[in-house]
Formats: sequence, C-alpha cells, structure tokens
Amino acid sequence: MTFETLLPYLMAAIFAMAFPLVTGYLVLVERKILADFQARLGPMRVGPHGLLQPIADALKLILKEDTVPKDADKFLFYLAPLLSVVTAFGSFAVIPISATLRIADLNIGLLLISALAAVGVFGIILGGWSSNSNYSLLGALRGAAQLISYEVALGLSLVTVVMLSGTLSMQGIVEAQFNQRIWFLFGNYGLMLLSFFIFLIAAVAEVNRAPFDLPEAESEIVAGYHTEYSGFRWALYMLAEYTNIFIICAVAATVFFGGWLRPFANIEWLAYPMDAIFPAALLFLSAWGCARMKLFPFTALLGISGLVFLIPAVATALSAPFWFFLKVSAVFYVLIWFRASWPRLRYDQLMDLGWKRLIPLALGALLANAIIGML
Amino acid sequence: MPEGYLPILFLLAIAIAFPVIALIVARLLRPSIPNPAKLEAYECGIEAEGSSRGRFTVRFYIVAILFVIFDVETIFLFPWAVRYKQLGWFGVAEVTLFLSILIAGYIWARKKGALDWV
Repeated sequence: MTFETLLPYLMAAIFAMAFPLVTGYLVLVERKILADFQARLGPMRVGPHGLLQPIADALKLILKEDTVPKDADKFLFYLAPLLSVVTAFGSFAVIPISATLRIADLNIGLLLISALAAVGVFGIILGGWSSNSNYSLLGALRGAAQLISYEVALGLSLVTVVMLSGTLSMQGIVEAQFNQRIWFLFGNYGLMLLSFFIFLIAAVAEVNRAPFDLPEAESEIVAGYHTEYSGFRWALYMLAEYTNIFIICAVAATVFFGGWLRPFANIEWLAYPMDAIFPAALLFLSAWGCARMKLFPFTALLGISGLVFLIPAVATALSAPFWFFLKVSAVFYVLIWFRASWPRLRYDQLMDLGWKRLIPLALGALLANAIIGML
Repeated sequence: MPEGYLPILFLLAIAIAFPVIALIVARLLRPSIPNPAKLEAYECGIEAEGSSRGRFTVRFYIVAILFVIFDVETIFLFPWAVRYKQLGWFGVAEVTLFLSILIAGYIWARKKGALDWV
C-alpha cells in the first residue's frame, strides 16, 4: 500500500473522528455570530470567550439521562438518529478539498450527494413517527414535505451546473471551472447567478435553517421531530444537522465558487499573492483580533501560521485547502446572516414559495441557461 | 471503478461505529431513573390526548406524489446535462419538448389547486 492509496482512508478516519468536535465549534461560531448581530457577547463563561463551551456541552449531553417514551416504536426510535448521522457523513466522501485531498472521486459525485440527502429524509420522518408524540409527528411531516418540495428546485439548479461542467464528478466540476477560466457562479454571461440564488434558497430549506426551520419551529411544535429525543441521541440529530449544513456549504463552494481553486486561478503572476500573501494577511489580521481579545496563545499560533504561509512551498501545498475552507466559511456566514435577519415563514407561504415560485423559476432558469449556453 | 467506493464504505462504517460507541459510553455514564410521568409523550405537561397514529391531512400525500413526478424528471435531465455540449441544439429542442409536456402537467395541477395549501 502506497501513501496515495492509503490517503482516502486516512482522510475518512480523520473526518469521522474530528467532525463531532468541529460540529460543536460550528455551533459556537454560530452562537457568537448571532450574538454579534444582536449586539450581545454570546457564550462567555466556559473558557476564555466561551471557547470551551462545545466540550462542556458534549460532556453534559453524554451524562444526561436518555429517555425513550413508553409508546415509542423502540427499534425505529433507535435507528432514526443513526440514519441521519450516517447519511450526513457519507456525503462528505465526494467533496474535494484539494487536487489530491479527497476521499473518493466518483463520476457520480453530485448524484451521490442528492441520493444521500434523500435517504436522510427517512431519519427525520422515522424519528418523528416512532416517537408516537403529536408534536414529533407534525414536525416529521412538515420536515419530509419541505425537504422533498425544495429538493426539486435544488436538483434543477444543479442540472445547470452539470450542463456547464459536462460531468457529475465534483473534482471534474472544479477542473471544468479551471479550464473555462470562470467560476460557474458567473457562467453563461451571468445567467448562472439566477441558478445560484435558486440553489441557495433551496439549500437553506434543505438543511432546515431559518427562515425555513418549520420542522423544528419551537413556538408552534416544541422541537419538532426530535421532541422526544434526549441526551446523546438528541446530540446525534444535532450532529447530523450541522454536518448537513457543512456539506451544503461545501457543495455551494465547489460547484459555484470554484471549490479549492484560488481566485483567478489561470493568471500566473497572481499565484504568490493569492497563495501566500492573502492567507498570511488574513491570519495576521485574526492574530491581531485575538490579541485585542487577550487570547495570546491564539495570537502566537495564528501569527506563526501566517508566517508559515509566506514560505512558497508551503503556500503552494496549503492554498487549496485554505481557499476551500474560506469559501465554505463564507457560505456558512451567509446562512447565519439569513437566520439573524429573517423571521420564520408560515407553512403555506413555505409551500407556495417552493411549488409556485421556485420550481417554475428553476425550470425557466434551466431552459434559459440551455439556450444561452448554446450560443 | 468499484475500488473507488471502498473509502466511502470505510467512512460509512466509521460513521455507524461512532454513534454506537458513543451511545454505549453514554449508557455506562448516565443515570437511568425512569418513572411513568417521564416516559409519557410530551404534550405541554398535561396527559397526552389521543394517539399520534391517527389521520393527518391529505395534502402531504399530494406533495409526495408531485415530488415523485418532478424528481424523476430531474433524474432524466442529468444524463442530458452531462452530454449537453455534444448533443447541441437537437438536445436542447428535445429537452424543451420534454419540459413543455411536464409544464403542461404542472399548469394543470396548479389550476386544479393541488399546489394550494389551505
């Protein structure tokens, strides 16, 4: 076994081990950013600036009692959160982080992601149905109807991407954006922007985020499909939810924003500024921010990684993951921005938006892109 | 390229193993003191009214049927999209025809009120 053949397994192991922790920190980042939008501080008690909050949360969830309602369908009740986690994790397999860093480069990558997302609906509907609670059932029905309604618009907007790339492989889509010298966001003389907005709206609905978080609308149906879940079983649902958010952000970054390509990837002389100077500047800025918050260990860490980026060999090796994660974070930030800005929709508005607005719009965008792309 | 799928199977295996192990660890650490009130399904603190195995609105079934139609349509579009450049104007015309049949059905469903949520 050479290193190349071992690398996908290594990445799979690292991803599966690290993601529960990453999810915890995604929650913390979200709480902090939301707090910032609302002029609050957010979590501050556990560790400096609340940095140990996710670990405290995880410990609390492991030590919490885990009740199973007496009327529940036990087998399905146990199975449902597992199904959610497994389908959420599986989608990560086809997402490329750089030219070599990926778990699998399937020629049906995009289809695998939509297929696993479709199976993920079962995690929600089985969890809600098996609880045998009215609120859970309502949440599950809402969740299932919402997911399948917006999946159509999502699929149609991805078809336009495939038209441009000519392949379903995620790595192939990134390479196509390199060869065509353009991010697909601006493809077809800007017409792909329409597809991107359809994708973004449908994606927010697909991962049950505000303003489309009706399956778990706490003011109407308690916690929706996971009302009866407690302790670590509930944590599994949260893990699946945030993994799905990460996946959808990664898909958006890969198919519309050039994935791991740096901006202007075809312009030779921009290689060093984009691979080294920009990341270093960003890291120095973060180091300065940490210094202002009196987090001096992080200042040192970020400052040193900024310096490391200035070494040409390191910059070439690390720029792809850097740009990939920067783009994913940008999309994630936009999702939190949505949550901070808009109130929740009413259910009939949600279905109207999905079936009466987005689907005709997505069909129109598809045909327009098909005609413009031929010219 | 079936060997390309092996890392995915490996990832799925870990993805199954992690929650199972975590739940076993949690079972060893957490308390377990059930009582009848705790095991009731939640309903605002009062005793649960009726069963949740009853009927629910037929709208959800209509949404499911419409979804099957439109999702199959999307699946049919993917192979064309992959070969979009090679098929050229002929492919675009064919897909326009295919979509116009579907859009006619969509307009009919909309006129019938299948998409209204009351």
